[in-house]
Amino acid sequence: MVDVTFQPNRVAGSQARKRGGMRNALRRKSTVAFVMTLPLILLILILVVYPAFYSLHLATLNKSMAKFVGFGNFEFLFRRDTFWLVVKQSCIFAISAVIFKALIGFIVAHFVHNVPAKKQRKWRGMLLVPWVIPPAMSTLAWLWLFDPSYSAFNYTLSFLGIGPIPWTGDAAWARFSVILVNVWYGAPFFMIMYLAALKSVPEQLYEAAAIDGANWWQRIWYVTLPMMRNIIAITTLFSLIVTFANFDIVRILTAGGPLDHTHIFATWAFRVGIEGSDVPLGASVSLFMVPILAIAAVFILRDISKRGNEA
Amino acid sequence: MSRKKLSRREFVAATALTSAALITAPYVRGAYAAGKLSMAFWDHWVPGANKASEELVKAWAEKEKVEVTIDYVPSQGNKNILTIAAEAQAKSGHDIFAMPTWWCHSNSEQLERVDDIMGPIIAENGAANGTVQYLGQLDGKWLGVPASVGSQIKGPCSRIDLMKKHANIDVQEMYPAGSPPKADNWTFDTFLKAAEACHKAGVPFGIGLGETSDSVDTAGAIFQSFGAQLVDAKGNLTVKTDAVRQSLEFYKKLIAFLPPDAAAWDDSSNNKWLVSGKGAMIMNPPSAWAVAKRDAPQVAEQCWTHGFPAGPKGRFAPYLPYFWSIWNFSKNKEAAKSLLVHLSKPASIEKMCVASGGYDLPAYEKLTTLKVWQEEAPPKGTLYHYPNPYKHQTLSIAASPAPPKVAQQIYFQATLTKMCLRYYQGEAMEKTLAWAEGECEGFMRS
Repeated sequence: MVDVTFQPNRVAGSQARKRGGMRNALRRKSTVAFVMTLPLILLILILVVYPAFYSLHLATLNKSMAKFVGFGNFEFLFRRDTFWLVVKQSCIFAISAVIFKALIGFIVAHFVHNVPAKKQRKWRGMLLVPWVIPPAMSTLAWLWLFDPSYSAFNYTLSFLGIGPIPWTGDAAWARFSVILVNVWYGAPFFMIMYLAALKSVPEQLYEAAAIDGANWWQRIWYVTLPMMRNIIAITTLFSLIVTFANFDIVRILTAGGPLDHTHIFATWAFRVGIEGSDVPLGASVSLFMVPILAIAAVFILRDISKRGNEA
Repeated sequence: MSRKKLSRREFVAATALTSAALITAPYVRGAYAAGKLSMAFWDHWVPGANKASEELVKAWAEKEKVEVTIDYVPSQGNKNILTIAAEAQAKSGHDIFAMPTWWCHSNSEQLERVDDIMGPIIAENGAANGTVQYLGQLDGKWLGVPASVGSQIKGPCSRIDLMKKHANIDVQEMYPAGSPPKADNWTFDTFLKAAEACHKAGVPFGIGLGETSDSVDTAGAIFQSFGAQLVDAKGNLTVKTDAVRQSLEFYKKLIAFLPPDAAAWDDSSNNKWLVSGKGAMIMNPPSAWAVAKRDAPQVAEQCWTHGFPAGPKGRFAPYLPYFWSIWNFSKNKEAAKSLLVHLSKPASIEKMCVASGGYDLPAYEKLTTLKVWQEEAPPKGTLYHYPNPYKHQTLSIAASPAPPKVAQQIYFQATLTKMCLRYYQGEAMEKTLAWAEGECEGFMRS
C-alpha cells in the first residue's frame, strides 16, 4: 500500500502547491495517525515524561531542596543497611511473584483452553475477576482475612488444630502474604495472555507431533513453549516492571512491617519521601529501580527482536 | 465608518474627570469585597464534627465579606500529607492548611509566621503547652496557630470492671471525675503488674508494636518517662545511654504480656481490641470509646480515660496537635489571619470541642476544663481527666526533644518500636543500640 497519493500535475503555482502539500500531508496515513495519537502523546508527556524528568531533578537536590547535590542522595542510600534490605526484598517480591504468576497463569490457561468453547467464556470471565477489581479494594479484603487478631483464615484453620498463623506479624509470613496477594491479583493477566497465545498455535503442529509419537510433555516442550516464547517474554517483562513498582498491596497489608521486612521500593520511597518529608531521597529510592528494569528490558527485548529476525 | 479624532486637550480633560469621579465616589462594598479564602481542614472522625468549624467559618465570612471555600481533607490513606506535599511543590493551593504534628517544621520555609496573632490569642487563652511550642515554633516564631480540631492525647483508656477484677485497680478512684488524680501509686511497676494480671486473665492490654502512630506514641511516652532520648535537643546522638537500656528492658517485660500479634498492629487494631471486649486497656484518644458507645454500649459503659503511669523521670503522655498554617503563597494572608483569630476565640474552641464529643483538645492552659469533658457519658466523667486538667502529666511527642526534622524521621521510621521488637526477639542489647544509632545518624542528613 502506498503511503503518498499519486499526483499527476506536479507543476503548479505556489498557492496551489501549498494547498496541495497540506492536503497531501493530511492524506498521508502517518500524518493522520500522528494527529490521532497526539492527545495521547500530550497526556503521556504531561503525566509521564514531565514527572519522570522532574523526579530526576528532585533526586539531585538536598533534603531542603535548596542545593544541587548530584549523586549525593544515591551515595547516601548506598551506605544505608535499610536501603539494601529494601533492594533485596524488592527482588524477592518481584521475581518470586512473577514466577508464580507465570506458572499459575500457564497451567490455568491450559485448563481453560481445554474447556469446550461454550463454557470457556464463563471461565475466562470468572478467572479475570481478581485482575479487574482495583487492587486497593481487593487488598483490603485480604487484610481482613489476614487481620492480626480476627483473621478469617486463622479461624478456619483453628478447626483443623492449626495456627494461629501470624500472617502479617512475622517477617517470613508477612513476605509470603504480600507475595500471595500479588500472585492472586496478577495471575489472571498471565492466564489471558497465555490463552491468547495458545489459541494462535496451529493445530497442525500438534497433529504432526502426535504422528511423530510425541507425548504430552514433549508437545508442551517442543511445540507450545517455542510458539509462546515471545508472549512469555513480553508478559514477564511487563509484569516484572509492574510488580517492582507495586505499592498498594504492601502498603495496605503490612505498610512495610514488621521491622521493615516487607518494604519494597515504592513503599519505602513513600515512607522516606512523603511521611519523612525528604522528597529528594524518596525520589532517589524510586528511581533506583529504573536501571534494574532497563537492563531486564534490554535483554528481554533484544531476545525477542533476535527471534523476530530469525523468523 | 467615520471616527472622531480625540484631541490632546479632550484626552486630558476626560482623564482628569474620570480620576476625580473614581476618587470621590463613595466606597461600595460588594458581596465579597474582602476577596477569597480557601482552607483545607482535617476531616474529622467524629460524625457531624465538621459542621461546627463550617458554621464558624461561614459566620466569619459573612461578617467580613470574604468568599470562603472549605475542603475537609481526611488523614486516612495519608491524603492530607500527600496534599501538603503537592501544594508545597506547586506553591499553589489553599490559603490555610491544617498541618499535623511535624508538618509545620517540614514546610517551615513556605509558611507565613503568625506571631502577630499568636500574642493576643495566648493572652486570651493562656499559654500553649510545651509540645505545641516544640512543634509549632521555629527560632521562637510561630509557624501556625494551634488547632483544637484533631489535637489529641493518647492516654490509657481502661476497662473499669476488668482492671478492678484482674489487677485490683480502681481507675475511677485513681482518677475521680471532678477532682484531682490520686495516682501516686500509678507507676510503671504497678502498670507492669496490671499488664501481667490482665494477660493471665485473658484480657491483655492492647498496646501495638507496629510502625504506625499509636504504637510509636506509646513507646515515645515510655521512653521519655525513663529520660531516654535517641537524639537530644542539640542534635547529639544519645542512643547508647542507660536510660535507653532501661526503656528496652522495661519493654521486653511488657511485650511478654501483650497480644502475640502486636507487631502487626496498625492504628485501628487497638480500637477493635477495646470495642470487641478482648482487652483491659488501650492507649488512645476517646475515639475508640465513641465507637464502643455506638457499637458496643456495654463496653463503653466500662471505659475510663485517664493518665499515663509514671516512670523514673516523670509522667509523660503522648500529645498530637494540629496547626492551622498559612502558606506564604496565599494571596489573602490578612483575611486568613483574621479567620484564625476568630477560630481561636474561647467560644469557637468550645463549640468545636463539643461537636467532637470531647475528642478535640485545645492546646491552651485556660481551656482544659470545658464542660464537655465533665458531662460526656457513659459513664459520667469518663473523659474528665482526658484533657489533663491538673497538669498531672507532661504532654510530649515521641522522639522529642530531637530537632523536629530529625525527630520526624525517628517517628515515621518507628525506630523506637523497632528497637523494642528487635531486643525482645533476642537481639543483643548493644547490637540493637548500634542499629538505632546508625539509623539516627542517617536521619540527620540535611
